[in-house]
Amino acid sequence: MMQIQGAKDIVGGGVLIVLALVLGRQSIVLPLGTSVRMGPGYFPLVLCVILVVLGLVILFRGFRSRSGPPKGIAWRGLGLILASVLFFAFALRPLGLIPTLTGTAFLATLASTRFHLKTAVPLTVGLVVFSWAVFVEGLGLPFVLFGPWIGG
Amino acid sequence: MDIFSSIELGFATALTFQNLSYCFIGALLGTMIGVLPGLGPVATIALLLPLTFALPPIPALIMLSGIYYGAQYGGSTTAILINVPGESSSVVTALDGYQMARKGRAGAALAIAALGSFFAGTVATFLLALFAPPLADIALTFGPAEYFSLMVVGLIASVTLASGSVLKALAMVVLGLLLGLTGQDIYSGMPRLTFGSMTLIEGYEFVAVAMGIFGLGEIIRNLEDETVRPMVVGKFRSLMPTREEMKRSIAPVLRGTVLGSVLGILPGGGALLSSFASYSMEKKLSKHPEEFGRGAIEGVAGPESANNAGAQTSFIPMLTLGIPSNPVMALMIGAMIIQGITPGPEIITNQPDLFWGLIASMWVGNFMLVLLNLPLIGMWVRLVTVPYHILFPIIVVVCCIGVYSAENNAANVTTMALFGVAGYLFAKLDFEPAPFLLGFVIGPMVEEYLRRAMLLSGGDPTVFVTRPISAGLLAIAAIALVVVALPSINASRDVVFREE
Repeated sequence: MMQIQGAKDIVGGGVLIVLALVLGRQSIVLPLGTSVRMGPGYFPLVLCVILVVLGLVILFRGFRSRSGPPKGIAWRGLGLILASVLFFAFALRPLGLIPTLTGTAFLATLASTRFHLKTAVPLTVGLVVFSWAVFVEGLGLPFVLFGPWIGG
Repeated sequence: MDIFSSIELGFATALTFQNLSYCFIGALLGTMIGVLPGLGPVATIALLLPLTFALPPIPALIMLSGIYYGAQYGGSTTAILINVPGESSSVVTALDGYQMARKGRAGAALAIAALGSFFAGTVATFLLALFAPPLADIALTFGPAEYFSLMVVGLIASVTLASGSVLKALAMVVLGLLLGLTGQDIYSGMPRLTFGSMTLIEGYEFVAVAMGIFGLGEIIRNLEDETVRPMVVGKFRSLMPTREEMKRSIAPVLRGTVLGSVLGILPGGGALLSSFASYSMEKKLSKHPEEFGRGAIEGVAGPESANNAGAQTSFIPMLTLGIPSNPVMALMIGAMIIQGITPGPEIITNQPDLFWGLIASMWVGNFMLVLLNLPLIGMWVRLVTVPYHILFPIIVVVCCIGVYSAENNAANVTTMALFGVAGYLFAKLDFEPAPFLLGFVIGPMVEEYLRRAMLLSGGDPTVFVTRPISAGLLAIAAIALVVVALPSINASRDVVFREE
């Protein structure tokens, strides 16, 4: 257990402390109330304090154990999946479902290191047709197919 | 109502054409998605959850539990056929199941898994029917202090049974509780932890959080290593186990059923712990322990029965106390809340048709799985072999559409993306996502009971230790924490979770 800890714990503990402080700042501005009548800020603040303590313990334990950074983060996958999903979130309103899905599906296929145009294009087209058939025609979900930016 | 008229009511509800169809659709879809490599029950349920939004509560819950068993079973199928356990609870099934498949006994392994699961599911469903009502009666006498302590026990238990560092799991629970509070405070109506954003006033959308962490996060994790595994899809000469195999399976199935039923009730237990415990027990009891890992049928029969029994009895704390004992139950509670049902002891008395209908449909669902899986196995094999780089863009698109459609809100899709990335990065730092989701779901309940208890006691915090039931529960939580902190137990716990 010892050798894989270390850097992961230091980073993890640090992240927790930062999160706790940020959320704590959000809580402390709210009315805290008393322990009889707790205000909206009371319980969140208590949790933030606990989280800081846990974060500190994890952090210090990390210094004691031998270091080992987290390995093999899938940056390509991470970045492109994020891009693909965010594209869906932001393009749906202005572009409509069909162009949005085309972009989302294609960006997603790019996330694989085994990406190949010959499979990605048919897959993208197939996914758009499938989604249209199932979700719009089949389930009748209220999607706009082509949004205002492209004359829909 | 005595138990027989209750069960009759249950079957009357479950066997209506509508409910029967949803149970079937749930089990079919659940298996279909669960069979896909890299998608476990939590991801499958999260993915299919939006399909149930339009349904009335009873069919919706029946369909969801159908999806759950289906996904569970699908996970074992992939474990046996291609050595890719779809979820942690079928990790042990892969050990011997895949070895059996390589010897051409895949059919027998699948059949024993299905029959063992069905038997275990039947027993566990009966236990659920037997023990849930008296437990709910006890729970009805609980005040806010007892509820608060009960939730603490649940959260602590989920931490102690987590497979990684206890401290990190605890931190994840606290973070989950905290983010679960996001949105309007129920008493004052003030927005909390929203960073001034209007879209967060309703809190983080539960489906988006679950799909982000367990859907997208899982995809990113799978993209780390895309080397193609040699897929030896075992050929099966026949589905029928030999007489010898049958005989060797009976005792492990019985033991697995008992073990799974007991462990499933424990918060944090459920399917995962049951299957691990059953595997080590069978290995210890076996006259031929050297066969384990080389295709011992006991190593499939025991854990598969245990995880199905555990999956079933984990509904007990959820339905009687309103407390999720694992992430799947957290999702079920989320689904119930979306349907306007408050999970808790009142369900049995206020909505007996829902409660008993759900229980009866569990049995029906398990039966359907046997009917469904053995003949359809050829189709599952074909699904299993879909390459991942074709599969995951489909999942991404379905996740986006699903989360968006839940509320027709694009902001939820952004939430999903953020939680997906955060879930992945936390997992890279060895923080487990499951305790986070538990905390996230019950955060608001924990706070409400704490506030009510303190109000009733006039601000006296000793109320949690002076009321006997509450004190007892907190003592259990404290003991559990102390026990896992002991180094000797910690070491053997590692062994249980790492045994491969």
